[in-house]
Amino acid sequence: MSAHYRIAIVGAGPGGLSAAAHAAELGIPHVLLESSAAPANTIQRYQKGKHVMAEPAVLPLRSPLPFAAGPREQVLDGWSRGITARGVNIRYGAEVTGIGGAAPAFTLRLRDGGTVTAESVVLAIGLQGNPLLLGVPGEDLPAVQYTLDDPDEYQDEVIVVVGAGDAAIENALALARRNQVFIVNRGDEFARAKEGNLAGIQKALEDGRLTCHYRSTCARVERADGAQPFVLVLNTDQGEARVGCHRIIARLGATPPRKFVEGCGIAFPGPDPAALPVLSTRYESSVPGLYVIGALGGYPLIKQAMNQGYEVVEYILGRAIEPADHPLLAARFAPLPFGLGVDDTLALMQARIPLFRRVNSLMFRELVLGSAVHVPAPGDVLFRKNDYTSSFYTILAGTVEIELEPGGRRFRLGEGEFFGEMGLLSGRRRTATALAGPGCVVIETPRRELLKLIKSDESVRRGIDEYFVVRALQSSFAPDAAFEDLRGVAAGATLHRFRPDEYLFHEGDEADRLHLIRSGSVAISRQVGGREVVTSYVAAGNYVGEMGLLGRTRRSASARATVVTETVSLDAASFDALLDRNPALRGQVQAIVRQRLDANTRMTANAQAGDLISFFMQQGLGEATDVLLIDETLCIGCDNCEKACAETHEGTSRLDREAGPSFAHVHVPTSCRHCENPRCMTDCPPDAIRRAPNGEVFIQDSCIGCGNCERNCPYGVIQMAAVPPPKPGLFSWLLFGAGPGPGEAPAAKPAAAKDAPKKAVKCDMCKDLDGGPACVRACPTGAAIRVSPDRFVDVARGRA
Amino acid sequence: MHQSILGYRGRRYLWAATALAALAAVAYAWHAPPEPPNGGTWLGYTLGTIGAVLILWLIAFGVRKRSYRSALGTVQGWLSAHVYLGLSLLVIVTLHAGFQFGWNVHTLAYALMIVVIGSGAVGTVLYLRYPARMNALRSGANRGQWLAEVSDLDQKSLRVARALPPEFAEVVASTRDRAVLGGSAMALLTGADRSRVLLPGSGLAPNPDQQATLSWLGDQLSRSTDGEQGARIQDLLTLQGARRATLARLRDDLRLQAWLEVWLYVHVPVTFALLAALVAHVLSVFLYW
Repeated sequence: MSAHYRIAIVGAGPGGLSAAAHAAELGIPHVLLESSAAPANTIQRYQKGKHVMAEPAVLPLRSPLPFAAGPREQVLDGWSRGITARGVNIRYGAEVTGIGGAAPAFTLRLRDGGTVTAESVVLAIGLQGNPLLLGVPGEDLPAVQYTLDDPDEYQDEVIVVVGAGDAAIENALALARRNQVFIVNRGDEFARAKEGNLAGIQKALEDGRLTCHYRSTCARVERADGAQPFVLVLNTDQGEARVGCHRIIARLGATPPRKFVEGCGIAFPGPDPAALPVLSTRYESSVPGLYVIGALGGYPLIKQAMNQGYEVVEYILGRAIEPADHPLLAARFAPLPFGLGVDDTLALMQARIPLFRRVNSLMFRELVLGSAVHVPAPGDVLFRKNDYTSSFYTILAGTVEIELEPGGRRFRLGEGEFFGEMGLLSGRRRTATALAGPGCVVIETPRRELLKLIKSDESVRRGIDEYFVVRALQSSFAPDAAFEDLRGVAAGATLHRFRPDEYLFHEGDEADRLHLIRSGSVAISRQVGGREVVTSYVAAGNYVGEMGLLGRTRRSASARATVVTETVSLDAASFDALLDRNPALRGQVQAIVRQRLDANTRMTANAQAGDLISFFMQQGLGEATDVLLIDETLCIGCDNCEKACAETHEGTSRLDREAGPSFAHVHVPTSCRHCENPRCMTDCPPDAIRRAPNGEVFIQDSCIGCGNCERNCPYGVIQMAAVPPPKPGLFSWLLFGAGPGPGEAPAAKPAAAKDAPKKAVKCDMCKDLDGGPACVRACPTGAAIRVSPDRFVDVARGRA
Repeated sequence: MHQSILGYRGRRYLWAATALAALAAVAYAWHAPPEPPNGGTWLGYTLGTIGAVLILWLIAFGVRKRSYRSALGTVQGWLSAHVYLGLSLLVIVTLHAGFQFGWNVHTLAYALMIVVIGSGAVGTVLYLRYPARMNALRSGANRGQWLAEVSDLDQKSLRVARALPPEFAEVVASTRDRAVLGGSAMALLTGADRSRVLLPGSGLAPNPDQQATLSWLGDQLSRSTDGEQGARIQDLLTLQGARRATLARLRDDLRLQAWLEVWLYVHVPVTFALLAALVAHVLSVFLYW
């Protein structure tokens, strides 16, 4: 039994709903296929009353369905009214397992065996994927569920959680508060779990709060007549085991949608799991007639997806409408001297800039939308040496001058070239100043946008890597050499990637190459009396291994990556070539060698200081740019640091003084260390996390409160918080008893404030306050200091 | 990198305070008024004005500490200056008084100032010494972890006790329920354990340092003839011994913390009394002069 439609839309998320509603209002035969039982499955699963935000605010909404920032219920209610009013043909419980055929006769196979045929297909399935099913007899019984919305919904039940990942553990622990819980684990440990969850489950098992069936798999689910209405039969080492239960929650992970999408014949540009499918500017995939919109196509925000839903229907009907972002781009291109329309300007950009020539045009449009276009006056500074900015620049017209040393020689870059890739890759300070030349037009692309492109386009990555090596050599060893001359030397250079704790080289190895650290950092250590003593720490932008190379000896120390580290290594012959080019270089390198030898001797004699540096590295401070350290022998525990933080930052302290480890009386509290390559920034849908020129990583007001950064931060320094009511001033508190006073906890929140929208908050190093971080300035005893990693050795020596 | 309040910026406020006090002493020695030195001479007024201004500025530390947005120096710098300049008052105000004391509001103000400075000196010593002691005591753990450990040991004890005759579980539960941490200010400052325990036969007994429970368990062990039961009581003793040690550490930690805070309960209220007495002193001098 099959039905035929003009358009079939797969997935009733914001994009799919919007597309179906638009098709319905145009009276086009359509079907919206949704695998679950309700529209907008992901948003349905948000907690009750969660505030849904409508970023980006500048983008106008273009959809027959309403959407504005507000509580989850309001958003869902608006949509369900909208689809009813417009008569959207939606089929629930219709999971599409495959798409075959070609335009204008696609065949969509459904899990229940049915098929649907359509002239065009719109994939709007998002990135969540479908949960893996138990795959055993009885899995369709009502006892089996694949999600858990509110663990407090159940009590005094016997519940079996199947799975050993984080989702399974979190569910099991939450349910165990009120229920008897069994957890079924195929293996004999919880190897995939996060550390916190692992500790939690082990403690719970030890305390007998829940029971685990190890090395067990599900055989079948049956109905029963006992105290529990169902029985889960397990295959164990000892044969079959029967577990009576009220419900079974299977958390076995999800099939990534990419497999399904590839199964439909849609091409991806590369093997990177984050790569986006190849799409035209009209959202059409490599399969004609098959369109991709929303998060799956690289647009994670609700409003973008809804706009695309509208636009894709227009495109399918062959109407050439401008995308909703058209006026935004037009405004952005207004100051340009070319006098071209939006599409022609975009085409000109791709034609002039070789790096972007091969990028697919939809992705390029997105890149430009996320970028800024500047027309600076000659002599304007684009960025300064030692700034922490991490955007990437491409030259659309005119020239740019690069100055490695203040007042030193300048290099000229011309049309189509790019610069700023060092900051992009290493997350460290700028290594040069960039000034605009005559007729200069540049595109400034934020780090995140470019990384997205690099992941999807191998040609961009290669182009940047090649340049990086030459520029790194130039800035470290041959500031006076011409760019072209160094290309030969660069042939002897290779890129390496080291995992944390992997050795670049060992003490005693033959010294055959030198490493320029491009990102991450390296700890240098020596064997002293049978144990490893850390003698120094080398950050990105510096080099290691020069000592042995200069004297052609063996390695005098070992170098170990403290975090994921990328280096460019240079073999001895190439290094000699560099030394020959630049006689002054030998003297410079020798001076650095002397400094290091000196530091090594001092630190070797001081094993405790080395231990402290090792401790810092274990805490992940190897990727930090600025860390809060507390001297425990000075800290009186007054919490004035936390109070100062809360008072200057909307009532929520962004640091937890007491939490975090200590070593040799130095405490590393839970507080942002402003990583070189902040992981919080990697998956921020509205791109609200930014890095200021002085290195502060901060969150802008455009945060939508999704919590991705909170989950991505390995150091637990981001929280979701609402803004508390304002407080009275110091004197009205002191003289008239108006509370709460300065430094006191905010008053209990009124009931209405409980549903106040929560946004991500983290340390911004008080970048908007005069005088620097409030926590440090408010410490009465001088116990709290903030230091950058290049001073770790000083801290360590000062203590030991 | 880290510096204590005394060593702050090469002890700059120590030198400032010493210079101020020395200057006052030299002026006092050089000055030869017609009558005995007192607050009414030109030097007396000068020293009195310096003293009063200093006192007002020292009080302003409380405002600065709560002005979290202030970029006027750091709180540590203010505290360092507060300590040294506060101590210099001893010299300046004593010279202002010309060593004349009596049963009047003037000497009351002086006495209150001495109490404030004295308590402040105690506080300074505590601030410099106790953090290191607390840190040594904690050795990486914190109060929350200790409390969790105690509750964990309580649960484990109860589980072991349930396998023994019922009075064991009763004693363990009573030890848990009647354990006292903190309490009055005196209890906090002395670290005294005012726990009690209900023991079979002897009723509600004091349980300082949880000794009564341990003694009772030891007693039971010595009387036990059943090997398996004896092993269980031994387990219980081990668990309760660990619990006692953790409780003692907690109490010690609370004691040190209490001392770090208690001096402020003298220092701050007496400061306000001093402020009132100072106003009375200044007004009376001008009204009755």
